[in-house]
Amino acid sequence: MKDLRAVALFTTLIALVPFLTQSGVVLNFVMMALYASLLAQAWNILGGYGGQFSFGHSLFFGTGAYVQAIAQMQAGLSPWLALLLAAASGAAVGGFIGSVSFRYGLKGSYFALVTLAFAEVFRIFALSVPFTGAGVGLMLPLKESASNMQFADKAGFVWLILGLVTIALLVTVWLRHSRFGAYLQAVRDNEDAARAIGVNPFKIKLWAAILSGGLMAAGGAFYVQIFHYIDPGLAYGPATSVEALVGAIVGGMGTLWGPLLGAVVLSVLGDVTRNMFGQLPGINMVIYGCVLILIMLFLPRGISGLGASCRSIFGRKKDRS
Amino acid sequence: MFDLSILFTSVLNGITTGAVYALIALGLTLIYGVLHIINFAHGASLMVALYGVYFLKEQLGIDPYAALPVMVTVMFGLGYSLQRGIINRASHGKDENILLVTLGLSIVLENLALLFFKSDTRSIDTSYTLATITVGPAMIALPKIVAFAGALAVSAVLLAIMRYTDLGRAIRAVAKEKHGARLMGIDVDHVYAMSFGIGLACLGAAACFLLPAYYVNPLVGNGFVLIAFTIVVLGGMGSFVGALIGGLLIGVVESIGGLYLGESLGQVGIFVIFIAVLLFRPQGLFGANA
Repeated sequence: MKDLRAVALFTTLIALVPFLTQSGVVLNFVMMALYASLLAQAWNILGGYGGQFSFGHSLFFGTGAYVQAIAQMQAGLSPWLALLLAAASGAAVGGFIGSVSFRYGLKGSYFALVTLAFAEVFRIFALSVPFTGAGVGLMLPLKESASNMQFADKAGFVWLILGLVTIALLVTVWLRHSRFGAYLQAVRDNEDAARAIGVNPFKIKLWAAILSGGLMAAGGAFYVQIFHYIDPGLAYGPATSVEALVGAIVGGMGTLWGPLLGAVVLSVLGDVTRNMFGQLPGINMVIYGCVLILIMLFLPRGISGLGASCRSIFGRKKDRS
Repeated sequence: MFDLSILFTSVLNGITTGAVYALIALGLTLIYGVLHIINFAHGASLMVALYGVYFLKEQLGIDPYAALPVMVTVMFGLGYSLQRGIINRASHGKDENILLVTLGLSIVLENLALLFFKSDTRSIDTSYTLATITVGPAMIALPKIVAFAGALAVSAVLLAIMRYTDLGRAIRAVAKEKHGARLMGIDVDHVYAMSFGIGLACLGAAACFLLPAYYVNPLVGNGFVLIAFTIVVLGGMGSFVGALIGGLLIGVVESIGGLYLGESLGQVGIFVIFIAVLLFRPQGLFGANA
């Protein structure tokens, strides 16, 4: 299949990057861009293919991050096992959020609001209970070794995150070609019609939330492995929710390569602004917000929908309701 | 341990805060009722208004209460132009797009404030900041009483506008049936922008009442935005009476929750109400239909 060949090519090419350059700057950029892609891809499964806009994806991210840290620090688990556990916990939270909100038919703005509110509840709980280290946060002890998932050089991290991104790409390819994916897109485009032909929208959306939550949590776990630190604000604050959502929308929702493209574009923009203005607080988010507004104004289908958007702007006049 | 006079003070405090919440929620519910969109930038707009009041006081020495007409006008203009210039253009006829655009606006506004004003928390000092009034066994800060009365007065004016003026009738017509309204010669885009403007004007007024007893920092809107959403959802999307009663109710819940559970867990009470209402009664207490 064409999609699979493209994914294989992409993964091979990126996997070769650490052999071509030892430059810390390049490898760091590749790593962070892939990490941002993973978040955007996770959001894209529920938001892009499922049409359920979550404003609180940090729910899954934060859960993954805390599980990754706590499993190692309290239970002495290997980080590789912890990663699986983190993804499973994120999937479980996805299942919980999905089952409560979709059971009661929440969609559109209501779903966005309820995910935001849940993220805020989780943040306040993380601030209040002892096992998350409360406001102080958790500091992962530094022990460099591959078995401990703390690689001595950046190459190891690049391959690790590349592996996760490839899994996300494969999940997306599966969505595009499987019966489940077709059901999911049918529910997104017209829930009533989908129900009429025998699709169970609740079940379909629930599984999308589970998949999306699991992948997002893997991103959270990766975050802990590279930064060795997590606190309630980083875990459940709105920044990662926004990063995931903007990446997917800028690149193009409901497409295979859109989230990756969007995340890379945002990473480049982020690096350029950092070089121009230094580390000013909030400057990155200002850029994200502006890009989001501009994309909504001029390219509602995202960068990968550039061609289609141009055709509809110049081709024929749209009727506005 | 908690005798009745403490509870009474707490309820009274809750009601006065709740009146300001109600004013903020009125703006939100008006925008929702007419445009059928959730204005995610509501909290960030309130933050902008609070900074406006702050700088009017600090730079020009204008008393917050005297700044009311200025702030209402400025915020109205901001709302009108935001809706016409950005939000309406970006919607492309889809509600989800508006949600995302207002989210983008709130991100930009909040982080610009962070960039220019740093994360410092600022408050103003007036001659009446520390003044109190005794009501029965309770002592209430004077600015809170003023805020309570002011919020109710502004709400009354808003309700009167909606009920008795041509503009109000046009807004209600567009809210009910925009195509029909357009056929009757109502400029729908103008009404949309007016509604958005009035929604933000409520924030301008709320900011003037809030600041003497409150503070401003770049993220101050976040605290209010979920509370305002809760009130609007609780009262029923688009219902004015619902927003008023919901505001007072939430104010009291927060105040009593804070008394028994502590500041941060008291906030959880509000989110629990919010999630529960969304799940079990999405039409709200006073909403007509789901």
